[in-house]
Formats: sequence, structure tokens, C-alpha cells
Amino acid sequence: MSQVITDKHGIQHYMITINVNGDDYTRVVKANTLLVNVLRDELDLTGTKKGCELGDCGSCTILLENKPVDSCMILAIEADGKEITTIEGIAESSELDKVQEAFINNGAIQCGYCTPGMIISAKALLTRNPHPNEKEVREAIAGNLCRCTGFVNIVKAVLKVSEETNDKEVISNE
Amino acid sequence: MYLPDFDYYAPDSLAETCEALERFGAKAKVLSGGTDIIIKMKSGLLSPEVLISLKKLEDLKKIDYVSKKGVVIGALSTHNDLVNSKILNDRYLSVSEAAHNMASNQIRNIGTVGGNLCNAVPSADLPPILIALGATIKLVGTKGERVMLLEDLFTGPMKTVIAENEILTEIVIPDQSSTGSNYIKFGLRRSGALAVVGIAVAVTVNGGTITEAKIAIGAAAPTPIRAREAEKFLQGKTISDDLLAEAGVIASGESKPISDIRGSAEYRRDLIRVLTRRALYKAINEGHV
Repeated sequence: MSQVITDKHGIQHYMITINVNGDDYTRVVKANTLLVNVLRDELDLTGTKKGCELGDCGSCTILLENKPVDSCMILAIEADGKEITTIEGIAESSELDKVQEAFINNGAIQCGYCTPGMIISAKALLTRNPHPNEKEVREAIAGNLCRCTGFVNIVKAVLKVSEETNDKEVISNE
Repeated sequence: MYLPDFDYYAPDSLAETCEALERFGAKAKVLSGGTDIIIKMKSGLLSPEVLISLKKLEDLKKIDYVSKKGVVIGALSTHNDLVNSKILNDRYLSVSEAAHNMASNQIRNIGTVGGNLCNAVPSADLPPILIALGATIKLVGTKGERVMLLEDLFTGPMKTVIAENEILTEIVIPDQSSTGSNYIKFGLRRSGALAVVGIAVAVTVNGGTITEAKIAIGAAAPTPIRAREAEKFLQGKTISDDLLAEAGVIASGESKPISDIRGSAEYRRDLIRVLTRRALYKAINEGHV
């Protein structure tokens, strides 16, 4: 169990360490602190958005141990010791990831609020399955709602990445 | 949206978990994946003083085949663990498919099978197919463990027989004498939709005759139910289109659905009539899918 400190009101505070985008961060959280709030408020990683906060919209999607999850419904303390990737960790160095490039080039961003979550879901799909069909793309982003209803271009962008992915590259990256 | 304060414990063992549950009694709730309880706490429907997290109980996260016992699903397996399990894909694809058709990918990576069953929502997708396959569950408490049929778990909407100091640890799908099974979910969208109704069947066919049939229906009554009259009607009968259609009519008559935002009771009864026939047809002709 992580270190516990009880304050004068009897509220417990816990020391947790999470690895976010490759760096370890140690923070003191309350049991009721949500992971999305640690990322946004404590680590200033505001690329992860809060939309419905009920697990319906997917704006808060992050990778937890390489799997897309809604960070609005996970307690920070439950993520203690785990590896997290947020939208800020998708681009390597100063270059955008090819999923990000494809979103820009295919007009897949309208208001942009769903985009970080959308890209995380798309990235997770393409890592697992570099050449998905349209049905698989739609299924992978079914938990990410775009209220501008720009799904056609989002699907197009993800399929474009698949088209431009050279299989040799995929294998060498693994 | 923030959560009220609560105390949090993550015991290292099953025994400690049950002891903690006994110590805190009604004040405590179990935290598994949290996809249901966290939302209920955000909206004020639940405000437990203590959450007991199961995250350290690694033994409950596995899906194995155990010879002479069957497929053993640890209660903390996520829905996507069911979707990706080779054991389930090979033996009971319907169980994987039922998990696959739930919620969204993000939620399937967090939500657990045990949580889905213990929440006892009448429209849950996993109970019908697991009940049709005769699944048993194991409940472990401070005074020992008990094994029972999954269909005996539910007592009403969000109500089960689980005692305050007990947790559900595993689900076992026994080796089948049945020859075919499947689950048909009718939802209003392809993703993120609860079942308007869900029908699972398991049949044993010998020659052209049904020797045994099990029909389990979700969202048709306060708990998942067996259509026992339809099952009895099918037993020993020669398979024909009319027979399966009649079984659908009987199953529909046995159901007690309600009208709600997803569909009227009349609509649900008609769905049950049609989908029971289709599920039977598929189980007879395609085996365990």
C-alpha cells in the first residue's frame, strides 16, 4: 500500500507514483481524486479533455498500460504504479505523430474538443492492428463522440494512416 | 464532477478483503473496475463511506480451462479480456461476442465481468449466455465459500444474494453436453447501447430431435429469466420451423418486460418471440458460436 497521511479532518491522503509519457511523477492524492484531474490540474497535461465525465463521450481517453480508457472514471490511486500515455505523449520530440498529421490533412478536426481522445483511440487501434477496415475503425472510436458530427473525415484520416503504413516499418518498430 | 470523500483500502489478499467487508458492513462498497460505481457516486446515487478495491487480487484476473471443471473466468477479468480470450473464442464465441457488444472500448478495458454480474442490471449482456451455458459462480466470504448457479444470484434489479462480507471470485462455464449455443442482443445502436432484450439459448440435439433446451432472457423481467415453459415444450420434439416459432411464442408469453425509454413492453415481447426462434435456429445449425 502506498504511504498514507491522515489530515486533521480525518481525510486520508496517499502518495502515488504514476509514469506519464515516460516520466515518473509522485503526487499526494485523496482517495476520491480522479485520474483525469491529476493529469490536468497537477501535471498541467490539459490536452486530455473533460466532457460528459460519465464515461460516455471519450474526451478524457488516455492509454493506461497501453489500453485506451476513460480517465474520468478511474481513481488516481487505482493507477498507482502504472504507465500512462496522454495526447501530449503521442508526438515524439517536436514531430507530430502520423495519426495527428492525418487528422490535420483530412479535415478531421472541427471544434477539436474530441480530437485528443479520438487520436488516442485511433493510435491504440493502429498499434494493435496497423491495417483496420472501416468497420474496425468505427468500432474503435465508438466510445469517442464528435458533436460536430465529423466522423466521416475522422474515419478517412485513420484509414489514410493505415494506407500509408509500410508493413516493414511496423515490424521494425516492434 | 467530483466525488465525495471516502476511505480507501486495497487489501493484499482475498481473506483480508472479506474481513474488511465484514468490518465495515453496509458502509463499504467493493471497487472492481468502477465503471458503474464511480458514475453512481458522481451522480449521488451511492455514497459509500469506504471503498474496498480489489486491484491487488491478481489471481482473479485470469481465464483458464481446467480439465473436468470447465472454463474458469476470474471475476476481475475485464470485458476485453473476454473478447480477446483464445479459450473463449475457441469454445464459446458468444460469450466473447456478448462482451464485445457492450459499452465502448474504453469501458471494456476497465469494467469487469464480476462487476457486471454483481450490479445485477436486468439488461446486462453477460448473464443470459452464461446462464444458458449453466455457469456457476463462487462466492467467498469470511465464513467460507459457496458455489451456486449463476441464475440463482439475482433477486431483483440491482439485487443479489451476495452477503455484505462476500465477494464473487470466479465464474465457471462447465463442459457442455449441449451441442449449440448463442446470444442475440437487440440494442438501439451498434455501440454503447443497453440491450432492449437479449436472448441466449443452449440446445442439445440428437439426430433431428431436441433432447434439451435452455433459454435465458435479459431485460425481460426484473432479473434475467429462464423461459422454462418454452424449454419444456421443446424437449424431445422433432426439429421443424413451426416448432421453433411456437417456442418463441411461448417464451414471449412467459416474459414480463416493462415499458421504458428503450422500448415498450409489447415491442419487447415481440422481440422475444422473434429472437428466441432465431437463436434456436442458429444454435441448432451452427453449434456453439
